[in-house]
Amino acid sequence: MSDSAQKGSFGVSGTGDTSGFGGLVRTAIDTGSTERPYGGYFDGVADDLERAYPEFSDAIERVVVDRGELTLHVKRERLVDVARILRDTESLRFEVCLGVSGVHYPDQVGRELHAVYPLLSMTHNRRIRLEVSVPDSDPHLPSLVELWAGNNWHEREAFDMFGIIFDGHPGLTRILMPDDWPGHPQRKDYPLGGIAIEYKGATVPAPSERRSYK
Amino acid sequence: MTTEASSRETTEGRVYSVTGGDWDSLVTEIGQTKEERVVINMGPQHPSTHGVLRLILELEGETVTEARAGIGYLHTGIEKNTEYRTWTQGVTFVTRMDYLAPLFNEAAYCLGVEKLLGITNDVPERATVIRVMMMELNRISSHMVALGTGALELGALSPMIFAFREREKVLDLFEMISGLRMNMAYIRPGGVAQDIPLGAVAKIRETVKELRHNFKDNEKLLVGNSIWMKRTQGIGYLDLAGCITLGVTGPVLRSAGMPWDLRKTEPYCGYENYDFDVITTDTCDVYGRFLIRMQELEQSLRIIEQACDKLGKLAGAPVMVADKKIAWPAQLSVGGDGMGNSLNHIREIMGESMEALIHHFKLVTEGFSVPAGQVYATVESPRGETGVHLVSDGGTHPYRVHFREPSFNNLQSTAAMSEGGMIADIIGAVASIDPVMGGVDR
Repeated sequence: MSDSAQKGSFGVSGTGDTSGFGGLVRTAIDTGSTERPYGGYFDGVADDLERAYPEFSDAIERVVVDRGELTLHVKRERLVDVARILRDTESLRFEVCLGVSGVHYPDQVGRELHAVYPLLSMTHNRRIRLEVSVPDSDPHLPSLVELWAGNNWHEREAFDMFGIIFDGHPGLTRILMPDDWPGHPQRKDYPLGGIAIEYKGATVPAPSERRSYK
Repeated sequence: MTTEASSRETTEGRVYSVTGGDWDSLVTEIGQTKEERVVINMGPQHPSTHGVLRLILELEGETVTEARAGIGYLHTGIEKNTEYRTWTQGVTFVTRMDYLAPLFNEAAYCLGVEKLLGITNDVPERATVIRVMMMELNRISSHMVALGTGALELGALSPMIFAFREREKVLDLFEMISGLRMNMAYIRPGGVAQDIPLGAVAKIRETVKELRHNFKDNEKLLVGNSIWMKRTQGIGYLDLAGCITLGVTGPVLRSAGMPWDLRKTEPYCGYENYDFDVITTDTCDVYGRFLIRMQELEQSLRIIEQACDKLGKLAGAPVMVADKKIAWPAQLSVGGDGMGNSLNHIREIMGESMEALIHHFKLVTEGFSVPAGQVYATVESPRGETGVHLVSDGGTHPYRVHFREPSFNNLQSTAAMSEGGMIADIIGAVASIDPVMGGVDR
């Protein structure tokens, strides 16, 4: 599944930094894709989705089963269709969406921003996950608020923290940061602490910019 | 619609006059209409808003026509901070999110890390039982605040005094076991920070007995109390369809008649081995949620008693995974000034075992690395589904930690619960959601 085979628990490479911050150099993550059979109820979910949605092979970029969890990577143009079918088809019935989690992968050129939607079917007691990626230069995603009203605040948070723009959202404004805040704090190119602190003329840099953290 | 707040330059640099959202345009708009509309700003510093919650209410007389919640006043960037710390240190951060249910944050986070490491089944049973016991104690202390402050906000002072008396007893247990009353970072990836001290089980049993007796005081005060019922029955109505589309979980969902409790539907930490009931009502209102919380106290006590029985059989068993490359030193001692180093452990690493010293040093400075991938782990917190989305890039620090906080999600239902009702009833509706702003804003 994952190509980064564990090099022993203490597999730190490079500087041998023991400050506790040696792991801050980020590498791209590629979880590959999984071939059938997926195991458990995942095959049934995939079958039912394929039956209910003929364009399945076009809409789903890849399927990943990892650590007992199913992730469907969906093209953003098809996200609303796929989500609607997952919600409404009787054999699937994912009636609850547990929000959106943004993830920023600056190394994945052309697909830097990911939005991850955990779905829950209370009817069948099943969980799956949808993942959509968009380029940093065009960070638009269709909003799912129409399907799941509870996604409203979660999408606002993903916009606030990552700058993902959810088209069709009823009021996409910042939610946790002040309205006039510049930048999106949870992106990887945004330093920890964000803004320099000024005190009596002296400037204290953001924690992640300090020497010992590099 | 203006999106930028006004700013002016001073010697200290640019200063923003934060007005928030479309407040300015809203005020202008209202000036132009002929209707008698009043927009009031309730909070963020208000004794009845359950924390630093700002409610923007549009009123016609005393009827609420629009209710909006403004949040973010407690945003501390915990999710971002964890990316700059080791996986173990992350526990210390996440415990501070929902500060009334710290052990649930820790448990959800640790279950996620363990899933990523693939050691879910290697966690010793004694650690799992201690986790369950601590979580259920925490559910009691959290529900006590929900009930106490909920009643206080609606004008009933006495229940708060009784509720906080009971909560103190639970916090005393936390202090005895972990050294801290809140934000204890007690549950760690691979197990718990340390074993429970000698005599703890007996003390817990004694407290359970006391609590069971004392809970009756609050029951006598509120259950069936006609004033309380008038303030809560039929108030804050949210039916099952509303709960599902808004993703609402926990007591609010169960008050709509849905027996959804992750401890039963997706058992974790061995909850399938405990005997307890899922409490529901079908009233969809504040009174129903109040009754659910009252009765969940008894269910938690039942679980704690069963956990005590199990702990008796597991005396002396380990509380941390055996893998020395993951197991954070779990030999600490509780001193007069809180939890600290165990002299025995220091003697071992400094004087006896070089290997142990290396492991200790590497674990504490660098931490362990976690294979790349992502997981979603959940627990049933006192407020509903606490979900953790963890992404690892194979390093010693999390790549992304996201908490799906039930308070954050459920607070969205304020509008659905209170629009069209009276302004006084908004307080009851918000109290019945029991949002903890530390969790909402993270």
